[in-house]
Amino acid sequence: MKKISIDPITRLEGHGRIDIFLDEEGEVANAYLVIPELRGFEKFCQGRPVEELPRITSRICGVCPEAHLMASAKACDAVYHVEPPSAGKKLRELFYSAFFVYDHTTHFYVLAGPDFIMGPDADPAVRNILGVINKVGVEVGGKVIEARARALDIIKMLGARPVHPISAIPGGMSKRLSKEERVAVEESARWLIDFAHFTIQLFGDLVLSNKEYVDLILSAAFTLPTYYMGLVDDNNKVNFYDGLVRVVDPDGVEFVKYAPHEYLDNVAERVEPWTYVKIPYLKKVGWSGFTGGKDSGLYQATPLSRLNAADGMATPLAQTEYERMYETLGGKPVHQTLATHWARIIEILYAAERLRELATDPEITDPNVRTIPTERPTEGVGIVEAPRGTLTHHYATDEQGLVTKCNLIVGTTNNIAPMSTSIRQAAHSLIKKGEVPSEGILNMVEMAFRAYDPCMSCATHALPGHMPLEVRILDRAGQLVERLSQGID
Amino acid sequence: MAGKPKVAFYWAASCGGCDIAVLEIREKLLDLAQAVDIVFWPVAMDIKYGDVEAMEDASIDACFFNGAIRNEENEHLARLLRAKSKTLVAYGSCAYVGSIPGLGNLSDRQEIFETVYNESPSTANPQRLLPETSYELAEGETELPAFFNTVKTLAQTVPVDYFVPGCPPQAHQTWAVLEAFLRGELPSPGSVIGAGEKTVCDECERVKEDKKVGQFHRVHEIIPDEKKCLLEQGIVCAGPATRSGCGALCPTANLPCRGCYGPPPGVVDQGAKLLSAVASVVDADTEEEAARIVSQIADPIGTFYRFGLASSLLRRRKLH
Repeated sequence: MKKISIDPITRLEGHGRIDIFLDEEGEVANAYLVIPELRGFEKFCQGRPVEELPRITSRICGVCPEAHLMASAKACDAVYHVEPPSAGKKLRELFYSAFFVYDHTTHFYVLAGPDFIMGPDADPAVRNILGVINKVGVEVGGKVIEARARALDIIKMLGARPVHPISAIPGGMSKRLSKEERVAVEESARWLIDFAHFTIQLFGDLVLSNKEYVDLILSAAFTLPTYYMGLVDDNNKVNFYDGLVRVVDPDGVEFVKYAPHEYLDNVAERVEPWTYVKIPYLKKVGWSGFTGGKDSGLYQATPLSRLNAADGMATPLAQTEYERMYETLGGKPVHQTLATHWARIIEILYAAERLRELATDPEITDPNVRTIPTERPTEGVGIVEAPRGTLTHHYATDEQGLVTKCNLIVGTTNNIAPMSTSIRQAAHSLIKKGEVPSEGILNMVEMAFRAYDPCMSCATHALPGHMPLEVRILDRAGQLVERLSQGID
Repeated sequence: MAGKPKVAFYWAASCGGCDIAVLEIREKLLDLAQAVDIVFWPVAMDIKYGDVEAMEDASIDACFFNGAIRNEENEHLARLLRAKSKTLVAYGSCAYVGSIPGLGNLSDRQEIFETVYNESPSTANPQRLLPETSYELAEGETELPAFFNTVKTLAQTVPVDYFVPGCPPQAHQTWAVLEAFLRGELPSPGSVIGAGEKTVCDECERVKEDKKVGQFHRVHEIIPDEKKCLLEQGIVCAGPATRSGCGALCPTANLPCRGCYGPPPGVVDQGAKLLSAVASVVDADTEEEAARIVSQIADPIGTFYRFGLASSLLRRRKLH
C-alpha cells in the first residue's frame, strides 16, 4: 500500500500532517489527520489559582486567545458561584463580538477567499491575498486592513493587549468602558456593519454567480451530513458568548440541548495511538468510526453548524442573510462543508450588529462591571463559541481555589473526526486511480479541511502565501516514489 | 534577488501568538517584504522542511525562532535552523525563557499523558491507549515525534545570538528589532533586544507611595485603586522583577504584570528576584510575621515563575 503524506500542513494553528493511504489498485483506502503535538495544559494548570487560568489558558492559542479568556472566565464564575453584573456580561460580549469580526474577516479574505476569488485551480502564484487584491482592487485590500484594525483596537481598548488580552476575571471584567471609548466603539461598529454587507455582496458577485463554484460547493466530494452543534440563546438564536449548547441531528431535528455543566453527559473523547489530539464524539450516539450520518456520533462545530443548530440569527440584517442562504441551498440543514464560508460571513454581519447593539446599550458604560466572589470555590464549566467551534473549559478546585482538575475541549478539536472524514472523502473523489494528483487536485483536498478553519493562524494575510503543501508518495517500505510540491518554483 | 538579506521565521512549541505579533507591524510588513527575502515561514509561505535542509549552511541571514522545545520535532528544527542561519534570534518568551509551556516542567511526560489521556473526565479510553512514536495502522505505518519530559528554551538546545522577550513581543519592539537588523545595527551577540533596560515598574504610570503590605490579595478578591501601585495594594505584581519594553500594559487593565518580558538586566532568576521584591514590601517586625504574610500568596511557584521556570535556576521539578 502506498502512503501520501501531506507534511507539514502549515496554516494549521500549530502543526499537522495528513496521511493518505492508497491500496494496491491506487485507490484511496483511508486518510488520517495527524496532530503531532501536545503541550499538556490540563496537567500544568493543576495547582494554579483558578482566577489565573484566564491568563494562562489564553496561551493555548495566539490566534483566538479571546475565546479561551472568555470560556475560562465563565468557568471561573461557575467555580465561585458568582454572577457578573449585567454591565460586566455585556462588556464581555461586546469585546467578544469585536473579536469575532476580527477573526472571521481574516479567515475569509486571507485563508479561504483566494480559493474562490481566484479559483481552486488558479495558478498558485496568484492564489493568495495579493492575487485577491489585484483582482478586486487595492481599495478592497485597504478595507480588509481597516476592518481588522478597527476590531483589534476595540480588543486592545478593553483587554489592554492586542494579543493575549487579559481583562476577563471571575465575577466580570477588570476594566470598564469610558463614555469616550463607547463613542469610538459605536462608530467602528457602524463601519463594520457596512463592511460585512460589502463582504456578503462580494461573495455573491464572485462566488454565487459563478456556476462552477456553486457546483463545487454542492458536489458530493464536499458533502458530509453529521450532527451539528452550537450555542443558542433563549429563542434558539445563534449566540457566541452565552446560552445552551444545542445539537441537531443530520435531518435538522433537535437531538439535545444542554447546559454547560451537562457536557460530560453529551460529549466523550477517544484516544488514538497515531495522534496526540483526542477525538470527540456525541456520547449518546456513540463512536462508529470516521463516518457521517445519524448512527455515527460525529458532530461538527463550525459557523455552518451553528447556523444549522439554531433557528435563526438574533439581529435583523443577519437574519435576512441567514434566510437567503438556506433558500439558495435548499433548506436546513446544509451539509455542504464549503458553505461554511458563507455561514462565516453571515456571522461577521451578526457580530458587527451585536457590537452596535451593545455599544448603544445605555448600561454599557456602567462602572459596576465586577462582582466580588464570596462563595467557596468548587467546580464549574464555562462554554463559549470560539470562531472554530464550541469551546468548553471545566475546572475543579480545592477550598483555596487552587485547581485540582482542568479539562478542555477546544473549538477545532470538535471537528477532528469530521475533518478527517472530509479529507478522506475529498481524496477519494478527487484522486484517481493510477494518476499522480495535480496541484489543483491537491488544493481541492486542502479545501476540504480549510472550510473548517482549523485554528489556522490568522497570520497569512499580508504576504504572498497559500497553503503550503508537499505530497510524498511512498511505497510500503517507506521508499520515496514521487514527490510533488504545490506552488514551489 | 541577490543582495537582499534572507530571513526565516519558525514556530516550535508555541501558540501562534508570536506569528500574529510579527503581522501586527501591519503596513510595515510590506516594507519588510520589500527589504528582505523571506525564505521560510510555515505560517505564511510555501517552503518545506525539505527545502530548508537543502539550503547551504549559514545561508539564512537571520532566523526568528519562536516557541519552546517540547518535542523531538521542535529540537530537530532548532538544530536545523541553527546550522542554516548566520544569526539565530529567540523571538518571544517561549523561545527565550520557556514561558507558559515551561510550566510543564512541574510534571513529566508520564504524568501529562496520564492526565490528558486517562484521567480527563471526558475521555473514554478503557484500553488506556497512548500516542505512540511509531504505530502500525491497518493501512501502514505512521509516526509521531517523541514528547520530552522537560521543556527547554532555545538557548538550552542550540547557541542563540539574540533574545527578544514578550508573550508576545509588542509590535513596535518587533519593528525596532527588524529595523536594527536591516541597518546592520544589532548590538553584540548574546544581547536581549527589542526591550528596555529597566523594569516594568519604571514604565508603569501607577503611583508608588512606599507603602508596606500587611495582607496579600488575589486578583478576584478586591477592586484595586486605579491609580496606585498594585503591589502596594497587596496584589502580587511581577513589575519589579520584569524587564521593561511592553509599556506596562497589564496594569492598565487593573491587573498585575505576570512577568512575560522575563528578568530585568543583570538578573538570572526572575522568580528569586520577584520573591525578594515582594518580601521587601511586607509590613512585618518579626520573621514569623513576615512568613505568615508571605504564606498568603497562593501558588508561589506558578506566580513567581509563571514565565521563567524553564530558564530559572530551578528549571524543573525533580524527575523520579
